[in-house]
Amino acid sequence: MAARTLYDKLWDDHVVRSEDDGTALLYIDRHLVHEVTSPQAFEGLRIAGRKPWRTSSILAVPDHNVPTTDRSVGIEDPVSRLQVETLDNNCREFGLTEFDMSDVRQGIVHVIGPEQGATLPGMTVVCGDSHTSTHGAFGALAFGIGTSEVEHVLATQCLLQNKSKNMLVSVDGRVPEGVTAKDIVLAIIGELGTAGGTGYAIEFGGDAIRALSMEGRMTVCNMAIEAGARAGMVAVDATTIEYVQNRPYAPQGEMLDRAIESWQQLHTDKDAVFDKLVHIDAATIRPQVTWGTSPEMVVAVDAKVPDPDTVDDHVKADGMRKALAYMGLEAGTPINEIPVDKVFIGSCTNSRIEDLRAAAKVARGRKVADNIKLALVVPGSGLVKQQAEAEGLDKVYVEAGLEWREPGCSMCLAMNADRLEPGERCASTSNRNFEGRQGQGGRTHLLSPAMAAAAAVAGHFVDVNDLMSDN
Amino acid sequence: MQAFTRHTGIVAALDRPNVDTDAIIPKQYLKSIKRSGFGPNAFDDWRYLDEGAPDIDNSTRRVNPDFILNQQPYDKATILLGRENFGCGSSREHAVWALTDFGFRSVIAPSFADIFFNNSFKNGLLPIALDAAIIDGLFDKVENEKGVEFTVDLESQTVTAGVDVYSFEIDDFRKYCMLNGYDDIGLTLQHAELIRAYEQDRKQKAPWLF
Ligand code: SF4
Repeated sequence: MAARTLYDKLWDDHVVRSEDDGTALLYIDRHLVHEVTSPQAFEGLRIAGRKPWRTSSILAVPDHNVPTTDRSVGIEDPVSRLQVETLDNNCREFGLTEFDMSDVRQGIVHVIGPEQGATLPGMTVVCGDSHTSTHGAFGALAFGIGTSEVEHVLATQCLLQNKSKNMLVSVDGRVPEGVTAKDIVLAIIGELGTAGGTGYAIEFGGDAIRALSMEGRMTVCNMAIEAGARAGMVAVDATTIEYVQNRPYAPQGEMLDRAIESWQQLHTDKDAVFDKLVHIDAATIRPQVTWGTSPEMVVAVDAKVPDPDTVDDHVKADGMRKALAYMGLEAGTPINEIPVDKVFIGSCTNSRIEDLRAAAKVARGRKVADNIKLALVVPGSGLVKQQAEAEGLDKVYVEAGLEWREPGCSMCLAMNADRLEPGERCASTSNRNFEGRQGQGGRTHLLSPAMAAAAAVAGHFVDVNDLMSDN
Repeated sequence: MQAFTRHTGIVAALDRPNVDTDAIIPKQYLKSIKRSGFGPNAFDDWRYLDEGAPDIDNSTRRVNPDFILNQQPYDKATILLGRENFGCGSSREHAVWALTDFGFRSVIAPSFADIFFNNSFKNGLLPIALDAAIIDGLFDKVENEKGVEFTVDLESQTVTAGVDVYSFEIDDFRKYCMLNGYDDIGLTLQHAELIRAYEQDRKQKAPWLF
């Protein structure tokens, strides 16, 4: 057989049939469901008198609307509450597994899938959520779908798909001190542009990716969609296999041995050809901060806000001007002189235990600056929260003046009560800096957890290395 | 799904790249458990000067007179002209529902985000990708001729703007479904036997997945 990429292998393994024009019916192994994009799909199913094809493939959890404060009082906003209750009712009616709001395993859908071993190498994983690309870190084909497609997967266990092209983004060499998975992926997006990956499935490779933990790889794949690629993935290696073992949904014993044997094939063959190759020198990556309203508008923390007048492309220059106006920034301002109002550490990009450790390391023994109105730490799941508390991280945060919350999406998109007021500027570990994303008129700067904690302490953006070496 | 064959309508131009799904329908409206009613809140942050919420009556809000869809005749536009990477961001189909509920039948842009592109077909909204240079020309046309109408013909795969006719690409299968207004699920279930056969085979080879 001809040499194949990882994406080719995952694709071939799941094709049920193909149309003449190449449109394929793809089998789906794991269907993750949350409350925002599923109600209309269940309603469609009911109206057509259909049932879910394979209930055991489904894992549901409410995450976008859940409050991050005291859960015992329920959800105050009636509209949010109805959406969460609708998910509860749908799961009950159709006999689906759900980690509801009172379950300690509840959390952000993209955090709990891997945490439970519900995401496994070689799977196709879908969810009505664009950041489903996260699960590609396991050598899985994972991508976000719309609500009509959620209904289609519920009813048929399959999706109609057109194959994407293959892209390899290779991050070669070693990253400098203080540079994390988040900085790597922001640098990649800066290089590719937010549409650079459109039409492609991206495989992330190279020494710097191999050197990342599973959590770091999830951070990178999480933001593949921010480069326009529906799916991002990393080949299976010892790190992957080590991570998935002993998780509740993972195979055990002899079955595990068989699975491992098959997972070891999940890498790109030596002579396989990619449609596009991008090389990035890891040594040149610095801690990153976005300055605009699209994740591609990103620079190193020691750089300045760029000047649209130096850009030839009129559409791009115009977009930059609109972004600067919205962000209330002047071209030429050094990034590390921009003051911050709020800090958010959380989201499916950066709310796992290693993220919380990295931020706590910076916050330990320091105090949040006086100009910071609110600094939130929101763990990705109930189990991450437990682990962090067992390590005493919650105390480190609280002593430094950061608030320690219950798990959920929280201020990543501000569907619950956590949000920015108009004009407020936020250092955020989430994945999108779109206009109004964290609250109408709010201004979002994306960065790593360590950099967010550093901004909380300094009151403005600062290179975490400088902050740490000052003491 | 509403079938799409041929459509003629007023074109509204939205001259910015990377129009994201948060801009098309802000998140507070995602709390709805329905598919309809999103039209009045399409582009909410740009369309109104005050902040909206699902329980606020839009007729009582302060309208932004500078926004194109608040101006005549563009408040009746059915074709949207956009810039590159239109519909980027989240997978929310609510963005497509907001556009169709407003009255749009087609979006023309140099490029689209993949998920938005897919979602459009499921709802009878035809996304058409044309060369950036052609799009530049179309923007000029819309700017110079107030209320200009284009015709989009799916059968012949053309956009007609005055005397100019542009061809666009579309996958055969998508075209077939859209021309006929077919429901994907019904089509897929015709292959239920094949799906079951695949499952049987897969259970043998990778039993840990079941
Ligand atoms: S944390 Fe943010 S990006 Fe992730 S699923 Fe929740 S809302 Fe979406």
